[in-house]
Amino acid sequence: MLDLNASAQAAAPAELGQSIRGGSGPAFDRKARLRWSNSIFRVACIASAVFVCLVLLCILFLMFRTGVLTFQNVSFREFFFSADWDPENDRYGALIFIFGTVALTLLTLVISVPFSVVIAVFLAEVTPSWLRNILRPVLDLLVGIPSVVYGFLGLTVLIPLLRDLTGNELADGLLAAAIVLTIMVLPTISRISDDAISAVPKKYRDASYALGSNRFQTIVRVVLPAARSGILYAVILGMARAIGETMAVVMVIGNTAQMPSSLFTPTAVLTSNIVMQISSVEFDSTWNYALYLMGFLLLVISLLMIVAVRFLQKRGARES
Amino acid sequence: MSQPSKAAANSFGKRNGRAAALDRIFTGLVWGIGALVILFICGLLFLLLKNGLPKLTWDFLYGLPSEIEEGGGIGPALFNSFYLLFISLVISIPLGMAAGIYLAEFAPDNRLIGLIRICVEGLSSVPSIIFGLFGIALFVEMFQIGLTILGGAVSLAFLNLPVLTRVTEESIRSVPVELKNASFALGSTHLQTIRRVLIPVALSGIVTGICLTAGRAFGESAVIILTAGVTTSGEMWDFNLFSPGETLAVHLWYVQSEAIVPDAQEIAQKATSVLIFVVLLINLVFRVPLWFNSRKTKG
Repeated sequence: MLDLNASAQAAAPAELGQSIRGGSGPAFDRKARLRWSNSIFRVACIASAVFVCLVLLCILFLMFRTGVLTFQNVSFREFFFSADWDPENDRYGALIFIFGTVALTLLTLVISVPFSVVIAVFLAEVTPSWLRNILRPVLDLLVGIPSVVYGFLGLTVLIPLLRDLTGNELADGLLAAAIVLTIMVLPTISRISDDAISAVPKKYRDASYALGSNRFQTIVRVVLPAARSGILYAVILGMARAIGETMAVVMVIGNTAQMPSSLFTPTAVLTSNIVMQISSVEFDSTWNYALYLMGFLLLVISLLMIVAVRFLQKRGARES
Repeated sequence: MSQPSKAAANSFGKRNGRAAALDRIFTGLVWGIGALVILFICGLLFLLLKNGLPKLTWDFLYGLPSEIEEGGGIGPALFNSFYLLFISLVISIPLGMAAGIYLAEFAPDNRLIGLIRICVEGLSSVPSIIFGLFGIALFVEMFQIGLTILGGAVSLAFLNLPVLTRVTEESIRSVPVELKNASFALGSTHLQTIRRVLIPVALSGIVTGICLTAGRAFGESAVIILTAGVTTSGEMWDFNLFSPGETLAVHLWYVQSEAIVPDAQEIAQKATSVLIFVVLLINLVFRVPLWFNSRKTKG
């Protein structure tokens, strides 16, 4: 009896399995179809990820390979430490452009960071919430305005204004470019800093107020130090944008390969020099290679900044 | 005994008074600077729109550009802008999203993937001119097809790819894991989970990202100058992928700094207002519904 029961039990699942396999053909089809589409999708995703990586590696490799060819004809020292850029006579010193880029970026940051932080504080701490809900989307929209529009603005409004103010005949130069760039990066830096300040836990503020400090003390001594790494992140992103900006700078900097003696001397930066000269040179010439090397320099600088951002984020995550 | 405590109380009061004054000054300063700067930037943009928009006519929007005479239009440039934007998005959205989904869902967590992630992040903030140089080396030098719409569109797509990949990955990663688990618990496969749960929930972030890239691609000029040139084929509705493809942003720069037409200033003003208007429109049309949506789900 026990035996019989056991065999019946053993038979039943087998039969059950049989009925599932035999009786519901469409279900099996559906399963196979699902599995098939799953794996197709997975392969497609992997393929596009590989493609994206391939493109990125290609860019890195190509820029490096073309750029390095410069050193066949030009010494390392000449390229980086000579300010003599005269490609028609085979002189390829890029110091002017490197100096221009560094100076322009620093000048932009000096003007834009204080304003941005104040605007971020204004948005995150001071404004009533209805105004905040209007201003945040407005700033987000400003981030998307094309750079050539800012260049046009600089060319038609800012430069005549500067010319009148200083009395110089030419107002193109570092200061005009820095002001245009400031207007461009201001929304970026202030919105990201605003997010960082808003993310400071409310308990910090409560603790500060409970100790008797007022809003000024709370913001300067507690909130801003706590949001430090986020603000730094915003500044680095703004810096990356300022270094790589091309057209807005081209329109106001004057595009002359000379060392700037004042803020109003026409000069050139890496990006503007590349875009103004690249279309008029042969691909297989040292001139072209030198332009590619400048591009590679820009690439390396901005990649380094991203690594710095990563490092900051990691440290910020560990602290909190 | 009472003397020092009184002094202490006094100095405390004095300090407090100074701090309160500082607080008031600080608040005033922040209000003043914040409101002034934002108003200043908005005012400048408003000025640009005001100078250009009222003068717009259909003839200008449709018309062919002229090299020497007055009254040239921006038709082909405007058309090229949309055409290039469309092609570049068609290439970059599927690839970028699929790569982002891979990084968020399938990728193993090892050093190689970490490196790839840094690479993608780095390239999403690399100067756009690098992609222009890459486009020249690829299309002009290697394939020998010169400055074309195709070259411009593909270079633009490469510019968009890292940004789209990152945005998709981040939005999908930020979907609460409970939703994903619930979907698996109901017996759905990975693909079904991604399609029916992860992407709809992450849609707001993804659409915001696509809008930002579309706006950036529409206004991008450095890449286009290098890979698609500063001329148009001179015809309207020219769908040929191998004709030169100057876009509106490039036309604005060209008219302002290189062209010799007498009414360059006016063309530039009108072109600027069209450019701003379209970029704002792209953002408003796609993102405003999302803002309302998020307010609804939060409230």
